[in-house]
Amino acid sequence: MKIHEYQAKQLMAARGIPVPMGRMATSVDEAVAAVRPLIEESGNPVVVVKSQIHAGGRGKGTFKEHPDVSGVNVITDGVEGGPSAAEQAVRDLASKMLGSTLVTIQTGEDGKTVNRVYIEQGIDIARELYLAVLLDRATGRNIVMASTEGGVEIEKVAEETPEKIVRAEIDPAIGLASFQANELAHVLAISGDAARSFARFVKALSTAATELDTDLIEINPLVITTADQVMALDGKMAFDDNALYRHPDIAEMRDETEEDPSEVAAKNAGLNYIKLDGTIGCMVNGAGLAMATMDTIKHVGGEPANFLDVGGGADEEQVTQAFQIITQDPNVRGIFVNIFGGIMRCDVIATGIVQAVQNVGLEVPLVVRLEGTNVKRGNQIIEESDLDVVSADSLRDGAEKILELTK
Amino acid sequence: MSILVDKHTKVIVQGLGKTGQFHTDKAIAYGTAMVGAVHPSRAGSEFHFEGETDHSGVPSRDDAYSVDLPIFATVNEAVAATGANASVVYVPPPFAADAIMEAGSAGLDLVVAITEGIPVADMIKAKRYLADKPTRLVGPNCPGVITPGECKIGIMPGYIHQRGRIGVISRSGTLTYEAVHQVTQLGLGQTTAVGIGGDPVNGTDFVDVLRMFQEDDETEGVVMIGEIGGTAEEEAAEFVASEMTKPVAGFIAGTSAPPGKRMGHAGAIVSGGKGTAAAKIEAMKAAGIAVAETPSDMGEAMVRALG
Repeated sequence: MKIHEYQAKQLMAARGIPVPMGRMATSVDEAVAAVRPLIEESGNPVVVVKSQIHAGGRGKGTFKEHPDVSGVNVITDGVEGGPSAAEQAVRDLASKMLGSTLVTIQTGEDGKTVNRVYIEQGIDIARELYLAVLLDRATGRNIVMASTEGGVEIEKVAEETPEKIVRAEIDPAIGLASFQANELAHVLAISGDAARSFARFVKALSTAATELDTDLIEINPLVITTADQVMALDGKMAFDDNALYRHPDIAEMRDETEEDPSEVAAKNAGLNYIKLDGTIGCMVNGAGLAMATMDTIKHVGGEPANFLDVGGGADEEQVTQAFQIITQDPNVRGIFVNIFGGIMRCDVIATGIVQAVQNVGLEVPLVVRLEGTNVKRGNQIIEESDLDVVSADSLRDGAEKILELTK
Repeated sequence: MSILVDKHTKVIVQGLGKTGQFHTDKAIAYGTAMVGAVHPSRAGSEFHFEGETDHSGVPSRDDAYSVDLPIFATVNEAVAATGANASVVYVPPPFAADAIMEAGSAGLDLVVAITEGIPVADMIKAKRYLADKPTRLVGPNCPGVITPGECKIGIMPGYIHQRGRIGVISRSGTLTYEAVHQVTQLGLGQTTAVGIGGDPVNGTDFVDVLRMFQEDDETEGVVMIGEIGGTAEEEAAEFVASEMTKPVAGFIAGTSAPPGKRMGHAGAIVSGGKGTAAAKIEAMKAAGIAVAETPSDMGEAMVRALG
């Protein structure tokens, strides 16, 4: 699960990890009201207005409705005009940003609607760095990854100048040791007060990653201020869904407006569904087979409309919901059901399919491939029903048949 | 021969909820030597299992079985009483990592964790805990391990398997069944089929199992089924190129998966341009692995590789 930048910064601030002062606003008035107290508390007349969406590249992104407005804006009007001028500038900007569609390299062409903006104090930056805590799958441990190239996408750094990325492994029984934090500071050429501030920061961040069950914490950029303080200028956090049960406060931070509504509906029904852009809907048991089914559709020349894993123990109710979710996608021109019955018996799934189709009322062609336990009985149930269903012998055969029927 | 499990493997079950009971019953029907269960609140009593024998499993048995499985409070107690050397974990996700560590503490040879949805942080700790123990972990979030006709530990349907000469390794459950089914249909059969699981942190990886298959006399070829996410397949390909003399066929799921999306399995995600199907397929081909274009062709790719 992803959260917004302002939420990640709240979590960091609560753990004593330095972040700039800021306030979240969902309306223009709230945004304006945040300006004066921020300027007074921080003593800095500069404020920043940042779009809050679950996608990166906001600073370089622009709004569909206002192509001249960036996703992140530094307001300097307060330097000469005082707080009132800053307020007026924030009013103008927030009214353009809120409710508008931000397009970044990560949102795709459709962009994302900005419903929240974060108003933050300006920071006098001496240096920008990159810092992240994430899982290293090869060792099965979390690592700290840091780079001198702050503000640049880490993928780009990894590609072009991999020597600028440094790593430290976090032993789960010990945490990040002080010598590791000091070593990172040294390698990143941070010295003096800033080095001490950095070591405290990276140790606290490593502890947060373990205690909060994050999949990823990424601070890009991490800044060293002109006063030698290390601070998270940006903050991205994603959490392990399987561990959210022990963090109810974080689970509440979920912003469903950032997710695809059909994916939210599927999750609530206990189904694993991801919407794609193609025309052939799929319903499969097992994640690997579901991926392989999409791949095969593509291999024979079609485009899958979704990934859908009904799991190992799907009942008729779930199969019905799966059909409903697939058919709600207006792009779907046909459906391919691919089941390898192991513990799940093919006759049970066939009965489920027949009843689900009768309930939902299917208007597009349906190809069903059953294999495994009780497959003969399963195919018989499909054939004996009045439904217009085409049977397939193999995954490939099914993919070819549904492609033909949707042409 | 075979790898990991055989007719001498004595298995205890940790976690006897609905799922654990169902699959323990299937394992007994198959002929697996299930010798006990661990369930602290019911220690001292027995679980009764009875039904019709699954004749696709261990040969020469009666048509029906009736077993009273003794229940123990701890894994240590179960091992002391039964001589068990393996365990299967069906414990719910919040407690599963602890169950895995308990199996390691008791010094079992093998623990197979079926549970899906264990927090990553728990697995990071469990993996470290097992590092200096003699216990090999397979999984979690996997279908299990089967040596056809000898021992079935996990949730795979026994009857699609047939004893033979091909080793199967996979990160996915149903795709393993797909491969096993094809290998059976082609008359090759399997020595052992191992599901290593779809989680980002697991106990046994491709290289571990490939090494075991390379050293196993009965195994003549290996089918390995990978998927997007991580670099385990690339490392496996390197191992195949440098250390293996036996032919390997393979398949990678997720060619059509969009980046940044988790495809069902917690570990199946392309992030930051890493873990793509294309990179894995390229590495496997470069290592001389016969890569199937679709999952329907996995069996035939194996036949091709055998020459």
